[in-house]
Amino acid sequence: MPKIIVQVMPKQDLLDPQGKAVARALERSGHKAISAVRIGKRIELHYATTPTDSQLQEARKIAESFLSNGVIEDVVEVSIEQD
Amino acid sequence: MIIDTVDQSKIEAGKEQPWAALGLKEDEYNSIKEILGRRPTSSELAMYSVMWSEHCSYKSSKIYLRQFGEKVTPEMKKRLLVGMGENAGVVDIGEGLAVTFKVESHNHPSYIEPFQGAATGVGGIVRDILTMGARPIAVMDQLRFGAPEHPDTARVVHGVVDGISFYGNCLGLPNIGGETVFDKVYQGNPLVNALSIGALKHGDLKLAKADKAGDLVILFGARTGADGIGGVSVLASETFDADGPSRRPAVQVGDPFAEKVLIECCLELFAAGCVSGIQDLGGAGISCATSELASNGGKGMKVQLKKVLLRDESLTPEEILMSESQERMMAIVPKRHLRAFKKIVDRHEVEYSVLGKVINKDRLLIYWGEQEIVNVPPRTVAHDGPVYERPVRKPKWQAPLNAASVQAQGLYRANDNTTDLAAQFVQIISSPNQADKSYITGQFDRYVGGNTALAYPDGAGMIRVSEETGLGVALSTDANGRYCQLDPYQGARLALAEAYRNVATSGAKPIAVTNCLNFGSPENSGVMWQFKQATTGLADGCLELGIPVTGGNVSFYNQTGDVAIFPTPVVGVLGVIDDVARRIPSGWQDEGNNIYLLGITKDELDGSVWSEVIHDHLGGRPPAVDLEFEKRLAELLHGASLQGLVASATDLSEAGLAQALTESVLRFNMGARVWISELCERDGIDKTSALFSESTGRILVSVGREDDVKFVGLCDARNIPVLRIGVTDNTGELEIQDLATWKLDELRTSWVATLPELFG
Repeated sequence: MPKIIVQVMPKQDLLDPQGKAVARALERSGHKAISAVRIGKRIELHYATTPTDSQLQEARKIAESFLSNGVIEDVVEVSIEQD
Repeated sequence: MIIDTVDQSKIEAGKEQPWAALGLKEDEYNSIKEILGRRPTSSELAMYSVMWSEHCSYKSSKIYLRQFGEKVTPEMKKRLLVGMGENAGVVDIGEGLAVTFKVESHNHPSYIEPFQGAATGVGGIVRDILTMGARPIAVMDQLRFGAPEHPDTARVVHGVVDGISFYGNCLGLPNIGGETVFDKVYQGNPLVNALSIGALKHGDLKLAKADKAGDLVILFGARTGADGIGGVSVLASETFDADGPSRRPAVQVGDPFAEKVLIECCLELFAAGCVSGIQDLGGAGISCATSELASNGGKGMKVQLKKVLLRDESLTPEEILMSESQERMMAIVPKRHLRAFKKIVDRHEVEYSVLGKVINKDRLLIYWGEQEIVNVPPRTVAHDGPVYERPVRKPKWQAPLNAASVQAQGLYRANDNTTDLAAQFVQIISSPNQADKSYITGQFDRYVGGNTALAYPDGAGMIRVSEETGLGVALSTDANGRYCQLDPYQGARLALAEAYRNVATSGAKPIAVTNCLNFGSPENSGVMWQFKQATTGLADGCLELGIPVTGGNVSFYNQTGDVAIFPTPVVGVLGVIDDVARRIPSGWQDEGNNIYLLGITKDELDGSVWSEVIHDHLGGRPPAVDLEFEKRLAELLHGASLQGLVASATDLSEAGLAQALTESVLRFNMGARVWISELCERDGIDKTSALFSESTGRILVSVGREDDVKFVGLCDARNIPVLRIGVTDNTGELEIQDLATWKLDELRTSWVATLPELFG
C-alpha cells in the first residue's frame, strides 16, 4: 500500500519533556554517549494508488494545518513511501 | 556573538536601540538613560523592557490597587501574616497554621496554545504558592470561553481543559472548583485564571529577598531554553489581531513531573533551613528574579550569566535574561549551607548552578564571562518602574445601556402562560452556562490527596488542612462580566458578595480575598474607567465586610481589535472552618425536610441569565447588593452549622431559584414539592421574578423536621427573612405547584446533555 509519511518534531527551541525523560533514563542505564533525545511522531497516510503530486501537496497542507501544532511543532518531512 | 557591554555603551553612546519594538515608550527609554547616566546595554534594555511592561510593573493599575492596602481596619489585618506585594498573601487560620492563596491569569498564552498555555498557568501559580514556603494543597480555575457554537471555541475548550487537568493531575493537586462561562465577548480572548492554595506552619514562611551580603545566588530546577522569550511583555501587552492567531511566538512548554520534584525538593530545603530567600521564575525569568530578590532585600547582586545551565547553547545573554523556561527557582543560600543544599538537590536529581552572590552595594551586576553587561540599581528595574495615571472617562454607551432595562424594553414574561414559563425553566437550566459542568470538572482530579471535603458541584471548594483536628479552608471564586458591563462598581461588589456567600453557605467563616482583574486596554479611557470603578467597588466592599485583599493579579489588553471583553474582575474569597466534618453540603439527601428560602426576592432581571437566554438582551442595572445583610446571613449559616441545624444549603445567584432547585434535586436525586405563590405575595413579585430573579442575599436551605422550630427561631432572632417554600419527597419528581411537574430523569437529561453535545 503506497503511503505518504509525515514526520513532526517538537520545535527545536522548546522543551521536550518526553525526550528529556528518555535521555535521563538512557544516561542512568549507562548510555553516556547520548547527550540529548528529542521525540517526535511519524504519521502514515495510506492511499489506494501511488499519490499524485497534487495529493502530495494536499498532504503537506494537512500536515501543516491539521496533523501538527504550528505553535510548538515543526513538520520536518512529508514524503511518499512505496512498499 | 557580539556582546554589548557597559563599556561599549559609553563608547558607542549614540547607538540606535530597538526600544519601541520591545514595547517601551520614548519617555520610558529616556528615563532609563537618565537612571543609568548612559544608554542601556542591550541586556539592560531587555531587562527594563520586560520588567516595565504592563504585566510586570502594574504601571496603569498601581494607583488604583493602593486602595486595597488603604481601605483596611486594624481588625482586618489581624489574621494577615503577609499582605499585598509579595508572591501571594498569607493568612493565619489558627492552630499555628496559615494558608496562602492567589489567582493569576494566563489568558493570552491560552488563546495561542490552549493546552500549554493553561498547563503553564497552573504551574506558575503553584510555584508562587511554593515560594511562600507553603505546600500547595489545591487548585481552582476560572474559565471564560467564546460562544459555545463558534467553531474555534471547541479548540480552546479542549486545549485549556486538557492542559489544566494534565498539569494539575500530574502534580497530584485536587482541583476543587471554579467557574466556566461562555460568552461571545471572549471569542478571541478567552480567560484562563488559575488559583492555588498552599498550607504552612507560621514559622515556615519564606520571603523573596536577598538581604545578607555574601549569600550565594543559586538557580535550580529545569534548564534555561528559548521558551517564551519575551512572552510576558510581548504577549500580555499587545492585542490580538481580529483575524485570529497569526502571531506564533515561542510559547512555554510545561513539565509537571519536573515541577512535582521541584516542590518536594524546595520543601525539603526549607525544612533543612538551607535557604534564606527564594523566588520562582515566571514572567521575565532571571531579569525578574535577580532584580526583585535584590530590591526586596535592599542589597545588590553580582551574577555570572555564563553559569546558567542551558538547554540550548546558542542563547544570547539577552535571551537568557528574558527566557521564561518553566520549573525553575532561584534561591539565596548562606555559604555555610551550600553543602546541605547540594545534598538535597542531588538526591532529588535537580540540577543547580551557583550564579553569584549578594553584595553590599545597590547594584545588580551581571557578567558574561569577563564582560560586564548589566550594571543597574535593582530597585529601578523591579519596583520603581513608571506609574501612569491614564485618562479615565465613562463610556458614551454606558447611559443608553443602563436605560435599556428589561422593563423599559417590555420584554415578554410568561407569567400567565404556565406552559411557556415551564419551557423557559428548562431552556434556562440547560443553557450552556447553567448546564451541568461535570463534563469539564470530571476531567480534573477533585479528590486526590484525600483531603477534599467539598468540590464541584458544591458552590465552594473545601479542603482539610489539619488531619488531626479537621481544621480546613473553603474557597469560592466568582465573577459576572455581564453585571460588570452594566455597572463595574456594583459588578465587582456582586462578585465579592457571591463568593462570600458561597463560602458562608459551606459553613466556613470568610476571612480573606484575592482577585484577578481581567480588563481591556488601559490605553482606552473607557476601560480605565471600568477598572477604576471595579477596584473601588471591590475595595469598598471588602472594607464593609471586614475582610482584607491579600493579593491579586491584573490582566489588561484582553480584547480583539478594538473590542474589549466585558470587565471581568474575578474575586476569590477564602473562609476557615474549625472542622470540615461540620461543613454544610449542597443538595438534598433526606426525605421530608422543609425547604426554606432566606432573604428577599426582588424584581431584578436586568443582566440576568433569563434576559440573556430568553431574550438575548443585556441592559439596565445589575441587582442591588446589601453587604451588611450578607454578613448577617453568613453569621446565621455559621451559627446553624455549629449547631448542626441545616441539612443542606445552596446560594442563589445566576438563574436564581430555578437553578438552585435544579441543582438541589439532581445532586442526590431527591425530589421535592415547591410552592411559589406565597413568595410572590410576600415579596410583591411575579412568577418570572420568583423563579429567575438574581436578587442577592438569598440562600436555599433544607432543614430536618426536628430542627425546624430552632432554625426558624435563629432566623427570626437575627432578623433574616425566612419562608418555607417546599418539602423534599422521594417521588422522583420536582413539582412546582401551579406551574409544572418534571420527572427528575427528564430534568437531568436536559441539564446534563448540553456540554457533551457541544464538545463531546
